[in-house]
Amino acid sequence: MTRPAEPVALTVEPVIRPARRRLRTRVGRGSVPYALLVPATAVIVAVLGYPMYKIVALSFQQYGLFELIRHQGKWIGLDNYRTVLQDSTFWQVLLRTFVFTIANVALTMVLGTLVALLLAALGKFMRLLLTTALVLVWAMPPVVSVNIWNWMVDYEFGVLNWTLTKLHLGNFIHHDWFVNPLQGFAVITAIVVWGAIPFVAITLYAGLTQLPSDIVEAARIDGAGALRIFRDMTLPILKPIFVILTSLSVIWDFQVFTQIWIIRNYRPESDYYLISIYSFVTSFNQSQYGLGSAIALIMVVIMLGFTFFYIRQMVRLGETD
Amino acid sequence: MSAAAPTIARRRRSRRKIARRVAVNVTGALVFLVMIFPVYWMVTTAFKRGSDVLSLEPEWWPHNPTLANFTDAIHRPHFWDAVQNSMIVVVAVVILSVGLALLAALALAKFRFYGRAGFIIVIFAVQMIPLNALIIPLYITLSSVHQVDKLSGVIVTYLTFVLPFCIWTLRGFIGGVPKELEEAAMVDGSTRLGAFFRIMLPLVGPGLVATSIFAFIQAWNEYIMAYVLLQSQEKQTLTIWLAFFTTQRGTDWGPLMAGATLTALPVVVFFVLVHRKIAFGLTQGAVRG
Repeated sequence: MTRPAEPVALTVEPVIRPARRRLRTRVGRGSVPYALLVPATAVIVAVLGYPMYKIVALSFQQYGLFELIRHQGKWIGLDNYRTVLQDSTFWQVLLRTFVFTIANVALTMVLGTLVALLLAALGKFMRLLLTTALVLVWAMPPVVSVNIWNWMVDYEFGVLNWTLTKLHLGNFIHHDWFVNPLQGFAVITAIVVWGAIPFVAITLYAGLTQLPSDIVEAARIDGAGALRIFRDMTLPILKPIFVILTSLSVIWDFQVFTQIWIIRNYRPESDYYLISIYSFVTSFNQSQYGLGSAIALIMVVIMLGFTFFYIRQMVRLGETD
Repeated sequence: MSAAAPTIARRRRSRRKIARRVAVNVTGALVFLVMIFPVYWMVTTAFKRGSDVLSLEPEWWPHNPTLANFTDAIHRPHFWDAVQNSMIVVVAVVILSVGLALLAALALAKFRFYGRAGFIIVIFAVQMIPLNALIIPLYITLSSVHQVDKLSGVIVTYLTFVLPFCIWTLRGFIGGVPKELEEAAMVDGSTRLGAFFRIMLPLVGPGLVATSIFAFIQAWNEYIMAYVLLQSQEKQTLTIWLAFFTTQRGTDWGPLMAGATLTALPVVVFFVLVHRKIAFGLTQGAVRG
């Protein structure tokens, strides 16, 4: 999972739209487009289509080390799903994943919006300074950021413990942040949100600059307060961007893996399992690939639900024209 | 008295305005510090002496700057292997993806044909499939054709997310080229292929570069696939190599931060070059509605 630095599916939109559409209808010619699509389609079917089929098949099979060596699974019908759904750990993990996702998305969106509004309020120099910081953070590879934070919260020489102690917020000398999973998840949330704010803030700020300033000025003269302007003018204009950013954040945060995996030294305690980790550990640490596939598929189905809103919004906006 | 009242009001208003300015700028400075600090801390730690890194009182600025951590990191086992592996994987993935995507994107942007909308939605939707889910069947399949612990296997798995992304992005760039330019060239006696090379390619060029860079960043940053598939140390990529700084005895924070800085450097350079295209793209697409 390559998070924030991943620019996902954003397009630089065509500049001249109506003209293009009018002309293109005349060009629809025979087999040329199909020929152009063949190579890419073949590769996608091979590297994506087949694995998708395979994961569905695996989820109905018993597939352990023995089967891995024989390259042949044993069909067991719905047994994997039965095991998963009767497993209390699974429900615990799922609940934890939901809470984690909601907390992270909410924090990302609220803080991202505040930073965007701040960018709009700042003068030219300060805005450039803050934008530079945001872009730098955005560009950090996730593996690098988790290592940085791991160093900052180190129990012995970490800068965080020292600072908190100096600020008289308590005695944090030799405080291990990961003994209590709630505190551990606070650190992980900080990593995720810190990394996600730049994308949200910069995108929303770009949207804010499209807000017609003369109308905002007129509203202000008519006595509308800042909150009123935000609720009745800014929010409606930014709504499509909000929908897209929120869906993307949900999709990303629901499958957080790398941050937890690395900061817990490649063997997270079961208190730190989110669904992506649970599926991974079941497959690769316990060699129960069938069971792991069933968990992963449940994850994919839940994600498809989230993705639905995103896709609908993109279709509505004509992105798929 | 009556003349003085508006002046006082105006002065009060301007004072409030100044207070607001100050508040906004102070908040801006604080947010700047919080956001930049982790990056700052990585880079400065990388330049500190070992004893300054492991001091109970943090050293806020490297007073005795040294390159020792970087020399240490570079001389760790398999650093150059990791650099080479990362480069091989990334370059292969970028060339394959951008090449295939260019053809597909041309079809999607310049032709109307049956099944087009469906194809676009599929390309869009598959980008949402989590890699954590895909890695299980990919691992099983690659192990049955003996491609585990081989760079070629990793290259194939990276195509799963880089190729759809490239198709999607390039389609936008190509769609942005005005049809009139291409047609004008054909009216002037150019063939369709000639028009493509002389008109389209130069215009799509910047988009092609931006897409390649984003493909580069995605492949360079990828972690989980490489982690599962590449087991022997001399085969690993840079993101996996960073784990070697953590041993039973603890973590070598100085060299680790130097290694992290080196890993992030190419991404940061490239990212700063092209990030505008992305932020611009999303809002263009979204605000129109």
